[in-house]
Amino acid sequence: MRWGGLAALLVLLALPAVLSSYAVTIFILIFFYAYLGQAWNIVGGYAGQLSAGHAAFVGVGGYTAAMLSNELGLTPWVGMFAGAALAAVLGGVIGYLGFRFGLRGFYFVLLTVAFAEVGRIAASNIDALGGALGLYITFTGDPRQFQFQDNRAYYYIALALLLLATGVAWAIERRRFGAYLAAIREDEGAAEALGVDTLRYKLLAMLVSSFLTGLGGTFYAFYLFSLQPNAVFGIPMSVEIILRPIVGGAGTLLGPILGSFILTPLGELSRFYFGQSGLYGAHLIAYGLLLIGVVLFLPEGAYPRLARALARRRARP
Amino acid sequence: MSAQLRLDAVEAGYGDLVAVRDVSLEVRAGEVVALIGSNGAGKTTTLRAITGLLPVRRGRVEFEGERLDGLGPAQVVARGIAHVPEARQLFPTMTVRENLELGAARRARRRRSDALDLVFTLFPRLRERQAQLAGTLSGGEQQMCAIGRGLMAAPKLLLLDEPSLGLAPVTVKLIFENLRAINARGTTVLLVEQNVARALELSHRGYVIENGRIALAGTRAELAQSGHVRQAYLGL
Repeated sequence: MRWGGLAALLVLLALPAVLSSYAVTIFILIFFYAYLGQAWNIVGGYAGQLSAGHAAFVGVGGYTAAMLSNELGLTPWVGMFAGAALAAVLGGVIGYLGFRFGLRGFYFVLLTVAFAEVGRIAASNIDALGGALGLYITFTGDPRQFQFQDNRAYYYIALALLLLATGVAWAIERRRFGAYLAAIREDEGAAEALGVDTLRYKLLAMLVSSFLTGLGGTFYAFYLFSLQPNAVFGIPMSVEIILRPIVGGAGTLLGPILGSFILTPLGELSRFYFGQSGLYGAHLIAYGLLLIGVVLFLPEGAYPRLARALARRRARP
Repeated sequence: MSAQLRLDAVEAGYGDLVAVRDVSLEVRAGEVVALIGSNGAGKTTTLRAITGLLPVRRGRVEFEGERLDGLGPAQVVARGIAHVPEARQLFPTMTVRENLELGAARRARRRRSDALDLVFTLFPRLRERQAQLAGTLSGGEQQMCAIGRGLMAAPKLLLLDEPSLGLAPVTVKLIFENLRAINARGTTVLLVEQNVARALELSHRGYVIENGRIALAGTRAELAQSGHVRQAYLGL
């Protein structure tokens, strides 16, 4: 397992040397959405608190870094942490409201969606933030401004982000914090009766998750050179973030990564091919069918099933 | 000797429903005290009010002379009270060992492994099954796991909610022998039971709760001879 991970990492490090520019783009998206999925996984997977508004953190993180760069000339390498910190503040507010007042299941989902929508509407209507047109970042190609001529730089940054979030999730999983989160997810009442401070740990999970997600907002802004309220704060973004860990296996370390390797190329390629043959929007149907299939046949996600199959093969003589 | 746990005119409930109206009771260090009563009498609610899982609306709860009401479950557990909930409430997809370790999650690693040894000594079956998923245990083993999980916190006072629920008579007997051994090691026990005969056998004293009020209190012998208890709870 450990050697397999190392080998995979080496392959991913070497890959840009041989990939076409389009393929590099697809890998960037795979890593980036796996990263966001892993960040979501900490609160949505491990702790089982279904946030459907993580787009809010992408938006707050991205807008903060972009504004600091555009208005004050602050490099996004610093601004990204300011954005992540603000996203964590928002995560703290949402988490406190939801957890302190015992919102569970659907009610928590609705709370998180509502916050993301408020963010979208606010960003669309505040002229200083560019209003509905959003913010544009002038391309300079200066690495000190988080801008690169070469696509492959974004490839490595996205990979580093993914490794960072996965490292954080791994550390949480191995510590007591992870055991508490699992207990909360499995049976919150029982966890509480054992003396687990459920409010505190759910809140902590939310803070870590929203911080990392906010960090991703900066990458988004400076990879695409633009931020539009509907794109970053919108429900589709929240759904994109959630889908990968759910398809891959929520609450598992490799689930979000596996999910992204399945869904991201599928989304991209089907958009490309269906678009070519004039069937615009058909990729969404393919996407939808796949999701229905996962929910019906792999309700715990692809990774747990894969892990069991591998374990069986290894056990065989 | 003064009481380790004291409830004074406690009222607690769910929403508009008042499940416990006026419960006063005392448990002294080292005792086994039974709280008996029929379904819906307020036994579980009383335990939940002690642990802070339900707010105490009126009255007060004291443990070792300090107020407990108003504290959350995490603080109550930290003071040395462990609650083994009704129907076990194990984490079914975690192993026996993971379940046990969660019971001592607040304690240092070394103390945890000592506690684990003690639990395995009391329940050798759990040592054999430690890598098994808790959801796949038999009912009796699940109850042992739940009690073991409570003991992992090294509590001064153990609250048990219906440990005999749904178990075969021979298993119930075994569980109650374990409880006697746990008490002999110095842990105070407050036991909620519908199996009144078994509960009285183990206990030093008992309280009968009816409609959210303490209807009767006394030593084991007094309760076992009370006409009301014999008729209503022992079917004699």
